[in-house]
Amino acid sequence: MQKSGSIIALAAFLVLSAHIPAAGQTPDDTVLIADTLKTAAPEILPPTIVSLEDTPNDAGTSIDVTWEVSPTESLLPAAVLQYLVLRATSPDGEFERVGTVPVGTNSYSDDGTEPGDPYWYRIDAVGTDVEVSSAVSGPAHSRMQWFDRGRVGVLLFTVLTCVLVVVFIQVAKRRPGKVFLRRLPVFDAIDEAIGRATEMGKKVLYIMGGLDVDDPQTVASMSILARVADRTASYGARMDIPCIWPMAMSMARETVKESYLRVGKPDEYNEDEIYYLTTDQFGYVAGVDGIMMRDRPAANFYLGAFYAESLIFAETGYATGAIQIAGTAEVDQLPFFVVACDYTLIGEELYAAGASLSGDPVQVGSIRGQDIAKAVFFVYIAAGVILKLVGIDWLERLLMIG
Amino acid sequence: MRLQVPLAIILIMGLFTIVTSFIPARPIADLNQTFRNWYIGIITFFIFLGTINLVRVNGEKIKTKASDWQYSIILITALAVMLIAGFYKGRASTDEESVFMYLYFNVQFPLEATMYSLLAFFVTSASFRAFRARNKEALCLLLAAVVIMLGRVPVGTAIWKGFPEVTEWIMSYPNAAAKRGIRLGIDLGLISMALRMILGIERSYMQ
Repeated sequence: MQKSGSIIALAAFLVLSAHIPAAGQTPDDTVLIADTLKTAAPEILPPTIVSLEDTPNDAGTSIDVTWEVSPTESLLPAAVLQYLVLRATSPDGEFERVGTVPVGTNSYSDDGTEPGDPYWYRIDAVGTDVEVSSAVSGPAHSRMQWFDRGRVGVLLFTVLTCVLVVVFIQVAKRRPGKVFLRRLPVFDAIDEAIGRATEMGKKVLYIMGGLDVDDPQTVASMSILARVADRTASYGARMDIPCIWPMAMSMARETVKESYLRVGKPDEYNEDEIYYLTTDQFGYVAGVDGIMMRDRPAANFYLGAFYAESLIFAETGYATGAIQIAGTAEVDQLPFFVVACDYTLIGEELYAAGASLSGDPVQVGSIRGQDIAKAVFFVYIAAGVILKLVGIDWLERLLMIG
Repeated sequence: MRLQVPLAIILIMGLFTIVTSFIPARPIADLNQTFRNWYIGIITFFIFLGTINLVRVNGEKIKTKASDWQYSIILITALAVMLIAGFYKGRASTDEESVFMYLYFNVQFPLEATMYSLLAFFVTSASFRAFRARNKEALCLLLAAVVIMLGRVPVGTAIWKGFPEVTEWIMSYPNAAAKRGIRLGIDLGLISMALRMILGIERSYMQ
């Protein structure tokens, strides 16, 4: 008896609450909502377009559409299933669907517009059996921007870094040998590893990573390869350079050939030591592991961009007893190399190693410029943290992208 | 001229690439996309050259009966079979329609999965070496690793409910801070190296 009384009270509350206008609702809306409660397939109140704005900092191919969701969404959560974003080139023209968003979403970026053309928009709320449209809104125009204002901070700091690097290159040019750079232990290890390979009569295996020459890490690896090849050419050691990308292979051949010319042994250059294996990631891993297990090179270099293959290479090399020198700017792979290799170039060291090993004062000067830029960044970050703690955040906002 | 022309191309393209990062306008973006399409075309041509190199190097091994020449026979046979299968019915979406895809899904794919699965064993052997508490730093690493491992498996929560929270803290603060520091250095190093390339200071790959 008590239970049936509660059900009656709840039903009465629902009926009454359906007839009380909520904030922002007209009496007509309230009647419509009440009607929707009585029918199996409820009617839906239309959404309302709030704004049509050009998407900032783009090529003029996008308009941001924002709307107020259908009031029915909050009253009957299951009634509205999704919203359709429709666009036309005139208010009376045919509207075509440009996007579909789930219920609860109230914005969409239409990235299929032409700069300067007028567009009208409509939002349709879709229910189980019904679809209601908002009023047509427009015209809106997308505009092309010639400068991405969201990247001002990035531009400022890029320019600052470039200026510092160029200044220290000039300093190094004028005062050669005066720019001091701390020598990394890995540089001595390179000589040691190649010397060991020469004494043992075994090869030096050099892996340039898994990406092509459009990746900066591969280019940095090529720069170190030049210095490694200088030493192998001097010592008379043989190299083995299986490549994952044919273009990297061609570039590596030019690099090594140049090294042999530089040390005055062009006749000893053998281009067959640098060859293409496969572009498939794990096919390449299988091939290189096979080389390690069969030929047992005395020194393994893994320098460049590495992913899942990093630990497979490094552990196989460890099992063969080779001296292993690795370096990558892939932060997630660094721990694997640190654990399994004898020496590891961490992040920026990969980019600096080639220049540092060259001994060229101009290249060394560029690294000094980079170090000064890093110091400036640290000061900036420290100042930003302190200011943020006291409620000032413009230093933080300066470097925000977007 | 042999040196100046490539250096001029590097300078122009390097500066253009920097500019495209800050100018979203369509003429520049379209031109950038065109250059990228050229690069894809060049890569495709190089794949052809790579295949020729593969056949030549391994053919030479077989001809001279160099050490392990038998593997070269397997490699060239596999290459020929995949090529013929590809030309026969192309790359259809299912292995039933295409011999190439049948070979891909039933031979190449399992072989790749096998190589990838080796990681599980290598992670174990590498962890065994890394987590030896030889000094204070290594002990710190060992403790952090133990907490993180326990925080990510149900048995950890069963031992102590706080493990997931401590794990989250380690990953979000000390770990994230270290990674960001390394990332900052990487980005600055990248700018410096790019400048050396653009200005023609670093050109070890040029004769």
